[in-house]
Amino acid sequence: MPGEDYASPTATILCLDGKQSRSPATPLPVTDVSSNLALRLSRISKHFGPLRANEAISFDLMRGEVIALLGENGAGKTTLMNILFGHYVADEGTVETFGKPLPPGDPRAALDAGIGMVHQHFTLADNMTVQENITLGTQSLWRMRLDRAAARRRIEQLSADFGLAVDPAATVSTLSVGERQRVEILKALYREARILILDEPTAVLTPAETDALFRTLKLLVAQGLSIIFISHKLHEVMAVSDRVLVLRSGQLVGERETGSTDRKELAALMVGQEVKPAEVSPVKLGAPLLVLERVSTPPYNGAGLDNVSLTLTAGEITGLAGVAGNGQAVLAALIAGIRRPTNGSISIAGREVADWSPRTALAHGVGRIPEDRHAIGSIGDMSVTENVIAERYRSPRFSRMGFLNWKAAGRFAEKLIADYDVKCPSPEARIRLLSGGNMQKLILGRALDPDPAIILASQPTRGLDVGAVAYVHRMLLEARGRGAAILLISEDLEEVLALSDRIIVMSKGRLSTPSSRGERSIRELGELMAGHSGEHSDHAA
Amino acid sequence: MDALEILFTASFWVAAIRIASPLIFATMGELICERAGVLNLGIEGIMTAGAFAGWFTVYSGGDLWAGLLVAALVGAMFGLLHATLTVPLGLSQHVVGIGVTLLATSLTYYIYRLALPEVTSPPKIEPFQPLPIPGLSSIPVVGEALFTQTPLTYLAFVSVAAVAWILYRTPVGLAVRAAGENPSAVEAQGISVTGIRMGAVVVGSALMAVGGAFLTTSAFNSFFFQMINGRGWICIALVVFGSWRPGKALIGAILFAAFDAYQVRLQQISGGIVPYQVFLMMPYALSILALILVARRAAYPKALMIPYQKGER
Repeated sequence: MPGEDYASPTATILCLDGKQSRSPATPLPVTDVSSNLALRLSRISKHFGPLRANEAISFDLMRGEVIALLGENGAGKTTLMNILFGHYVADEGTVETFGKPLPPGDPRAALDAGIGMVHQHFTLADNMTVQENITLGTQSLWRMRLDRAAARRRIEQLSADFGLAVDPAATVSTLSVGERQRVEILKALYREARILILDEPTAVLTPAETDALFRTLKLLVAQGLSIIFISHKLHEVMAVSDRVLVLRSGQLVGERETGSTDRKELAALMVGQEVKPAEVSPVKLGAPLLVLERVSTPPYNGAGLDNVSLTLTAGEITGLAGVAGNGQAVLAALIAGIRRPTNGSISIAGREVADWSPRTALAHGVGRIPEDRHAIGSIGDMSVTENVIAERYRSPRFSRMGFLNWKAAGRFAEKLIADYDVKCPSPEARIRLLSGGNMQKLILGRALDPDPAIILASQPTRGLDVGAVAYVHRMLLEARGRGAAILLISEDLEEVLALSDRIIVMSKGRLSTPSSRGERSIRELGELMAGHSGEHSDHAA
Repeated sequence: MDALEILFTASFWVAAIRIASPLIFATMGELICERAGVLNLGIEGIMTAGAFAGWFTVYSGGDLWAGLLVAALVGAMFGLLHATLTVPLGLSQHVVGIGVTLLATSLTYYIYRLALPEVTSPPKIEPFQPLPIPGLSSIPVVGEALFTQTPLTYLAFVSVAAVAWILYRTPVGLAVRAAGENPSAVEAQGISVTGIRMGAVVVGSALMAVGGAFLTTSAFNSFFFQMINGRGWICIALVVFGSWRPGKALIGAILFAAFDAYQVRLQQISGGIVPYQVFLMMPYALSILALILVARRAAYPKALMIPYQKGER
């Protein structure tokens, strides 16, 4: 199979195929194959305690080539790039740029060698201007003044050349996420990066911004830049790359020319098996478990609820579709107990609950999977153990007379880690060190383990990769099989369609009439989501 | 004299500017540290050490300017201690700061007693003399207030301009501000966060010590125990009051000093009807009020007090 032996000369020649026609901005005499080599990684390994984040990874990157680094969350993509950029020091292995060895653990050396990195979490100082962020560190620290006019001219030139519109004088805190990303790319270009690494660049972008980014990348490649594009989104990988490297559990498990592969094959390589859509068994309806009657609330992260009535029935998944900002956030917060209604009533299993709060919600068997696992779902600097008992530390299982039973808590954490296949160094690890998918699995375990009668799943698969999404879906369907009443709130219409027994569309704080599985077409749902009033753009904002 | 009339006399403003000078130095020092992301609670002790070092150098026969230099060096050394503990080792900035204050203060008193075991009243030195600027000093009130001061006061104003220039107009200032806002932005641009933060704390601490030395070599002519008397803590508040901007912090320092000068004069004309402690309290009460009004909207450096460990996610 071509490309199995990553560092061999044959693989290198294969990669060169068809790339010579792109002329670099500063043409260098191409005398032999190695002079066209931008980057070579040789047997890079990195371990975090028992976690093997990278295991003997080798690959080459040619000038003017775009390679995609594909892998699930936690596969080791970001670790590898952080080694390349000098944030981490590899345990083993070497990096070469343009034929010269790169000293490990030194971002400055990486920058000087022409590596530019657009981090997943932007590295910008919010209180400074775009220009200050871009020029930071580009002039000798001991100069007595900044050369601002020349810097501004260069930034404007680069902006114009590569379609990266942004005002150099704007303060970063006032910029949108898309603009901030453009600043990050400009930072690299300003330093004349020859190798650009983009870590999950589209995760935070709107579709239009993503298209603009891809156009910029094309322009950069035409200038002879090499690009490493990290992603777990298959269609993007297919759209931008020349070659795909697939990482799984820290190992390089496959390398394909993008032209000769397809999404299905890549998905299978990424998760290690073929991904099957979750199977849905017939509904076995039970009693109504949670009833909201004529509930209204003030606005909260979008529209408020306007006279909403909703019944969640045992054994059924109710899917709530809608454009973000139409009241889904407040409905989720209401059911989670975080918000109270100003009007209307909440009944659980036929009895009205007056003192609605997070604690009563939990006590009445509401399992909660929150929309934002970082902000609400977890406390980043506390351990996995502390996080998994956060909702139940008062139960006799985990505390007695006001003292926590750490043994029981630790056992519980270990059980969740095993049952839900969470990759984490230890139960004592701070939860923010976990990848998004693993954190979500833990939160899922925390919510589902007490076998809740009612489950609130708010955007349960946002930002997760294919394998993790399938896993979350399977767990939700299992809970449904056990007779739980589930509310699935999701902006992903495909997800709502795949899982829901009953679909309701939310628009401007109101609910549509429910439709059963397959009753309404995607188009009809889309019209309901738009609220029939053509105010789509308002909602999307 | 009427209570309001005081505000229009030159002697009142001369006193206010003099009282402000040590605060200005130390506030600029603290501001540099905090802009880089390090809260330096060692300030009170560093000022004490600086006050003693400056005075003792002159007392032992040194030049006044040599005294200032020695004070700055002593401050820098305590800054280096603070920075080593808080930056590369990432210890709690609160605990280290208070520790440095206690250490520097006690060490100063100890050395004072070692050096002068027998004295009961502290020996005096010949301090900096007022240096009126020809022309400018004859402008009524404003000119007298600003331009009949000692050279050290002029230096305090120069330090504000220098700090502002460095923070906003030089590459290293850019790096300092970024280190206090988002250290990973600094590292991603190939600059050492540790180096920037340590440098800022060392330089800032040297300025604090100069602020302390002002008291013994310019405002007074001797060294007393307890002479810093909470001025360091006031400077911490002044940095917040100034929203971490040198110009605004300067205004805050002058405002506080004016309150202080005013309360002394009010005591004299109140004729003992109101207990004098009420007047002593006034600058602090007004400072709290000013903080409430001004500082609630202040945008503090986001990485302030957060240790930065390279390679951590």
